[in-house]
Amino acid sequence: MPLLKRLAETARPPVAFTLDGKPQTALAGDTIATAVLTLANQLRSSEFSGEPRAGFCLMGACQDCWIATESGERLRACGTFIQEGMRLLTGQGAPE
Amino acid sequence: MTELQPVIVGAGPAGIRAAQTLVRHGVRPVVVDEAPRWGGQIYRQPPPGFSRPKSALYGFEAGRADAVHQAMAGIVGQVDYRPDTLVWNAADGVLDVIREGRMDSVPYQQLIVATGAADRILPFPGWTLPGVYTLGAAQVALKFQGCAIGSRVIFAGTGPLLYLVAYQYAKAGATVAAVLDTSTFEHKVAAAPAMLRQPGVFAKGLYYLAWLRLHGVPVHQGVRLERATGDTRVTSLRWRQDGAVREQDCDAVGFGYALRPETQMADLLGCRFSYDEQQRAALPERDPAGRASIPGVYLAGDGAGIMGADAAEWAGERAALALLADAGQPVDSAREASLEAKLSQCASFRRGLERAFPFPADWAADVPDSLVICRCEEVTAGQLRQCAHDTGAREMNRLKALTRVGMGRCQGRTCGVAAAEILAHASGNAIGQVGRLRGQAPIKPLPFAALPNVGVGP
Repeated sequence: MPLLKRLAETARPPVAFTLDGKPQTALAGDTIATAVLTLANQLRSSEFSGEPRAGFCLMGACQDCWIATESGERLRACGTFIQEGMRLLTGQGAPE
Repeated sequence: MTELQPVIVGAGPAGIRAAQTLVRHGVRPVVVDEAPRWGGQIYRQPPPGFSRPKSALYGFEAGRADAVHQAMAGIVGQVDYRPDTLVWNAADGVLDVIREGRMDSVPYQQLIVATGAADRILPFPGWTLPGVYTLGAAQVALKFQGCAIGSRVIFAGTGPLLYLVAYQYAKAGATVAAVLDTSTFEHKVAAAPAMLRQPGVFAKGLYYLAWLRLHGVPVHQGVRLERATGDTRVTSLRWRQDGAVREQDCDAVGFGYALRPETQMADLLGCRFSYDEQQRAALPERDPAGRASIPGVYLAGDGAGIMGADAAEWAGERAALALLADAGQPVDSAREASLEAKLSQCASFRRGLERAFPFPADWAADVPDSLVICRCEEVTAGQLRQCAHDTGAREMNRLKALTRVGMGRCQGRTCGVAAAEILAHASGNAIGQVGRLRGQAPIKPLPFAALPNVGVGP
């Protein structure tokens, strides 16, 4: 279930990416946080408790919103814009 | 005359007015900013391709936001503007920066630190659940991305931002399920005389509250937050009010207790700090013009102590004039005096705000041992109390070394305030006695790939 809800600015060009291996569509100008959390309810699982995390400050202070890519990079989701072809993992399911 | 090679860190209201002032005096500063576009957090601009007008984005502040944006647009050809650039270390006349994964260094003779603020956080059980965000985050989602943090949102905590964000969400079409304020109506009445020093700002605050009530948004004052519940995301929030426990369903919570300055850079520079009773925090010392304890370093805006966006503009200009005067350039002394007078009036207003939205100083006493205080390292209140009890730790950096609180990726930006409150309460000391977490480079995490020689075999 998505966390974030789009209220405005929905007439932007689509951007294709994958989330946990599934093809998905975001909008140009979305941060990764927006692209993922309008589709899912987490960005990663905590490395200590395994509990879901979905960011907290969304302004680059708390460092809570890291998300993994399929190639093993970690990106700060609130401050990185979604790009065509990104392959992102929420930690909820392995890529198919 | 001293050589002028000024660098401004931060392109919010303070940094932009500082840059504009230097340009007017024929000086070309470097302006380094972490964001992709200028404006800071308060006047943050959406990415290119977004279409809402400034009136929709900034409400009553649209005129001020536009003026600040235009000021920067007008000088961008006369400054060395470096957006998307994180300063991760500062020492001895050089800033270490990273931009798009590439390291660089920026030398300076003079430095204006205008690093801004973030939400001041006091956790409650369940605060790590997806859907629980800061008030600032809720505002960024809306302003910068056109998104709400949920469909039925509770806003909680205290401070002017609480009512502003609730109003902005309701106006934008989100359902605001409740506004929960830890301060009381009586606090606001008592603060009214001081707040009338800025009657416009005071009137806006009253307007937001009245608007919310008129539109059927339940506003509860004098609450204490108990717990957010949910499995994979927040589904309800429970609070106490007048001895009774109440609960409200929701799918998101935005909360915060006013703002906390981003002082890490001033700390790395070696600026002297002292405890500020009103802001309940150690702040870098500065004179009325913004001069820090280190020659050539100037502090402006909320990053030096919370004064608000209007004051940030004046402080930015004032600091730039001080920088110029210190370098031997002629400046308008009448302007210096009038800026300092405005800032002094702002300080009186801030004292009123602190009375209207007081920090809940009883917070630490009620917190359960199981509450996670540090979300990076998942350190609990119980671990902090145990450490204070068993080791006699009385100082924040000692507590950090022993428990890892504040040692994680955020360096205590999120948990530092709460951890200090817990330590003070557990050790029976005043909050001003427990010290502050020292800043460490890198002040924000660097991507592994940016480090030199990574991946190069022997």
